[in-house]
Amino acid sequence: MTPPHYFCTIASLSDALRVGKVSSLQLMREVIARTREVEPRVGAFNSFDEEDALAQASASDLRRAEGRTLGLLDGIPIGLKDVIAVEGQPLTASSRMLANFVSPYDATVTRKLKAAGAICWGRLNLDEFAMGSSTENSAFKPTYNPYNLECVPGGSSGGSAAALAAGCAIATLGSDTGGSIRQPASFCNVVGLKPTYGLVSRYGLVAFASSLDQIGPMTRTLEDAAIVLGAIAGHDRNDSTSYPAQVPDYRSAMTAIRGPWRIGIPREYFGEGLDPEVESAVQSAIAHYRKLGCEIRTVSLPHTQYGIAAYYIIATAECSSNLARFDGVRYGHRSIEAKDVNELYFKSRAEGFGQEVKRRIVLGTYVLSSGYYDAYYLRAQKVRALIRNDFLAAYRDVDAILTPVAPTPAFRHGAKKDPLELYLSDIYTIGVNLAGLPAVSIPCGFTSAGLPMGMQLVGQPFREAELLAIGRAYEREHPWAERHPSL
Amino acid sequence: MSSEPNINIEHVATLARIALTDDEKRVFASQLGDVLAYIEKLKEVDVSGVEPMAHAFPVFNVWADDVPGPALPVEAVLRNAPASRDNMISVPKVVE
Repeated sequence: MTPPHYFCTIASLSDALRVGKVSSLQLMREVIARTREVEPRVGAFNSFDEEDALAQASASDLRRAEGRTLGLLDGIPIGLKDVIAVEGQPLTASSRMLANFVSPYDATVTRKLKAAGAICWGRLNLDEFAMGSSTENSAFKPTYNPYNLECVPGGSSGGSAAALAAGCAIATLGSDTGGSIRQPASFCNVVGLKPTYGLVSRYGLVAFASSLDQIGPMTRTLEDAAIVLGAIAGHDRNDSTSYPAQVPDYRSAMTAIRGPWRIGIPREYFGEGLDPEVESAVQSAIAHYRKLGCEIRTVSLPHTQYGIAAYYIIATAECSSNLARFDGVRYGHRSIEAKDVNELYFKSRAEGFGQEVKRRIVLGTYVLSSGYYDAYYLRAQKVRALIRNDFLAAYRDVDAILTPVAPTPAFRHGAKKDPLELYLSDIYTIGVNLAGLPAVSIPCGFTSAGLPMGMQLVGQPFREAELLAIGRAYEREHPWAERHPSL
Repeated sequence: MSSEPNINIEHVATLARIALTDDEKRVFASQLGDVLAYIEKLKEVDVSGVEPMAHAFPVFNVWADDVPGPALPVEAVLRNAPASRDNMISVPKVVE
């Protein structure tokens, strides 16, 4: 039985659009109908603009009729995390601070998606300013996991993962500072790719921690991730950290790259705290690669245990600096109580930011404050160098590294109230951001309770095509993402 | 958990320009005390001779030619301003 269009891949829908089996307008209508049906239970969207989406779909159909189709993404609805600017649409970062903000321009990724004909569809929920791992920190509402509505979808790109899993978009974009694409992807049975730092421009992304943030695709297959990555990657003079790397055709490149590969298993990632069902699912994936003739090697990333400490110093320091721009003056929330300009700052920020954001700003301000800089921020940056060196040393012996994404499957709403406890669950994803590497979360099975699990492949800088090819060698025989939630 | 580094929440919140309630001050002091105690782990690491890493890849100054490009129209910029008048953003009185 063929699945409904809203559960299909970009690759298959682009074929269907090409041969006229479906029009973009019809596809968009089906996605809208599905969204109206399930969104009240899932809560993945902060807002969506049906009229605008239908107009984009009609424009795509017109291009096709005139033989001016823009490529594989033309006419495909892609949802955007509500930290990525789309001209004329709200940009809230799920914060009261930006509740009424409307983007005056397109982010570079948005511009590129539009240039490829994609329909920019919906503003997807997240933990406020992308700070969190459960999407419970949204100032507006929590998002629910489509596979079990009592569980979180992960975060911070929880809306992007849940909308895709629920059939409310064909692909989505998320952003990943410490695992915010990969962890929700693993909780919601979708693919989530964090590209190499510098491959995708962050111009028009609401900044959290600038030395770590990357935008990346969330899709149903690795092939779809290759298609979306190809559309959004590339140098951009509006982001000075953007790297002048060549952008290959990832889709054909990933098919051309053949194994067998040398795959590293870091012993520090399989210790205490790892859920036995997740461990067993990842072990099965390792066995699959061994069966394919890959060489499986144990590697060591000895500074893994310091990753979370280094990350929460660097990320909060950078967030305290980045979020200083929200001062109630030029845009964003302004307190009506303020009598002078100092009160304007203090009260606007107190009213506009939620608890987790305040907590991180305070921590970041502290670690940067006079007398503490060397002990915290400078030391964390040195440990960061050691963490990167661990990965680079491992890559002398292996082509990629295979790990779990998160220590557990999706947890229940309200289960993790202590901030430190939640921070500790980022253990397997954080090192990748500190080292600036590409990594992809790939569905690798379900728990006995029916919750999705994911595995993480970590690649070498700017070798996304190889990373996707290695992942494809597993996905081909384990198409877990073809299972959909019953909602 | 008692924490060695004692965070002066009042002072830090002032630096961060955030008015915290008494409740927030109490809760944050305890939660951040725990986080700081955890972060103490980093003291175990021998970092002698290690260069601090600010970015994933060597990033050098990126220069752009100093030529004006297209800019947003003033109306588009001011559309998100909390208060404006005569193409300017208005704020409470700054100087007495």
